[in-house]
Amino acid sequence: MSDFLVYLITGLGTGCGIALIGSGLVLIHRVTRVVNFAQGTFAVVGALTAISFLDTGLPHGLAELLGVAVAAVVGLLFGMVAIGRRGTSPQAALMVTLGLGILAYAVEVMLWGDQGRSSEGLSGAVTVFGARIQTHYLLIIGVTVAVFAAVAALFGRTDAGKALSACSSNPYAARVLGISVTRMGLIAFTVGGALGGLAGVLLAPMNSVSFDSDVTLIINGFAAAVVGSMHHIGRTLAGALFLGVAEAMVAGYGSATYQTVVALGLVLALMIGQAARTHSVVAEAG
Amino acid sequence: MNPSQPSRSDVVEVRDLVVRYGAATALDSVSLRVAPGEMVALVGPNGAGKSTLVNTLTGILTPAFGSVEVRARIAQVPEGRQMFGDLTVDDNLRLGAWQLRGRGQSRRKQRDTSWVYELLPDLVRVRDRKAGGLSGGQQQMVAVGRALMSRPEVLVIDELSLGLAPLVVADLAEHLAELNREQGTAVVLIEQNARLALDLCSRAYVLEAGRIAAEGDSADLAASPDIARAYLGEAQGLPSPPGAHDPGPDDPGPDDPDPDDRATADLAPTVGTAETARGNQDTTVQAARAAAREAK
Repeated sequence: MSDFLVYLITGLGTGCGIALIGSGLVLIHRVTRVVNFAQGTFAVVGALTAISFLDTGLPHGLAELLGVAVAAVVGLLFGMVAIGRRGTSPQAALMVTLGLGILAYAVEVMLWGDQGRSSEGLSGAVTVFGARIQTHYLLIIGVTVAVFAAVAALFGRTDAGKALSACSSNPYAARVLGISVTRMGLIAFTVGGALGGLAGVLLAPMNSVSFDSDVTLIINGFAAAVVGSMHHIGRTLAGALFLGVAEAMVAGYGSATYQTVVALGLVLALMIGQAARTHSVVAEAG
Repeated sequence: MNPSQPSRSDVVEVRDLVVRYGAATALDSVSLRVAPGEMVALVGPNGAGKSTLVNTLTGILTPAFGSVEVRARIAQVPEGRQMFGDLTVDDNLRLGAWQLRGRGQSRRKQRDTSWVYELLPDLVRVRDRKAGGLSGGQQQMVAVGRALMSRPEVLVIDELSLGLAPLVVADLAEHLAELNREQGTAVVLIEQNARLALDLCSRAYVLEAGRIAAEGDSADLAASPDIARAYLGEAQGLPSPPGAHDPGPDDPGPDDPDPDDRATADLAPTVGTAETARGNQDTTVQAARAAAREAK
């Protein structure tokens, strides 16, 4: 029983990291219709920057904050290249993000080398029902809940959020109403960069981060975002938590080799089931 | 005062405007003016440059030569209604006030949609529905209401009747006339349905191949044989369709001209392309005339 609880909490922690990646993908897609394949890069940049600042002796908290800030700036820069030129199609912008992600490999290797690095997370552990659970996992879960509540409130309740949604819903109409579609897209990329960076600094203590860690992150994050149709924040969170817990269970009771494969297979099954149940999926994709 | 003479008090003054798309000239030496509180029609065939002119007025396109002076707040009802389909009607309306942010009034007053619902009471019932699921006529009302949210002194409407059933168009036309009368909002109406436009507006411009082919009082233009033949489609002397002054029967009733036509016309904007919508327009005009004849 206590094994199960440990796997569950570990899985939820991993799932929250995936969810943060997925939330950035959804946010950027909701505003610009661009699937940002550089979302994992933001996490890597955020994590490695934070680790470097920790090495220079900056205290925890401040170093992570700077990591997130640098990731936000990188998000803005990527956004400027991907969507800064008016008339760039979302498909072209997608390829640009992919290219920028690969270009970022070179810069990351130059700055941080090609070895994986890790940081110390929140130390200590608590015992719940006889299971020892790292405090850091609870931190990740708490931060993720707060972030998702904020993003959901932004889109659901504020005029700014509605204006952001309007940009992808009907860019022409948005321009007619005086909403600057490009500026909104850049805001989305900046916030998306920060969310990616946040995922990176939170995940760095759990898994070592190297320049190519973005691949695993983006595969999982993308799967979660697709569960949410690249649009729904709540369903993205649910998809991410399911993925994280499934991976932890497979690794715990089976073999870690298969954790990603099995988890993604389950997501695939889930999506096929979803598509068979509702016809609206087609409408949403179009 | 002679309404055809330019004056400093005009809310819109366009002089010798030239707009190009690459090498193609869309507008060639176009001059136009709108006085405060005036209703002006802009008619002409497909591709004459009507929408280009509108988009230049609202600053979406930039002129190659000539001057465009807009001396009052202007808002546009874009062609094809352009809903934010996955947002609610209320959200669509509130976004109309986006460009007022940071100006004078309190944000709360800017976001207040109640006066738009008073003006367009049919929207009250659907205020929490997604705009994408509304009928064409309801969407056009949302588009008008959304434009009004920026409190314009000039309202530019690009194709009011396109793809809409005649009774819906008559209702919209009546709302526009009321808005013009009660709030003093100037209206620039771009229409393919010249009959409707000339009925509703006091002055009109006829745009052909990027040039102003004719201008003047609507009544004079409607009486001109050339205009009648080219744009009104029939010889003179036929009764005009229901417009602002003749809103048509409120209840369609059993002897409604052709309910099937209305149904297809109303569905066209949501399921069809612009082509089908345009195709339906002839039906719309015919049905409008039939409705007018029945009413007499």
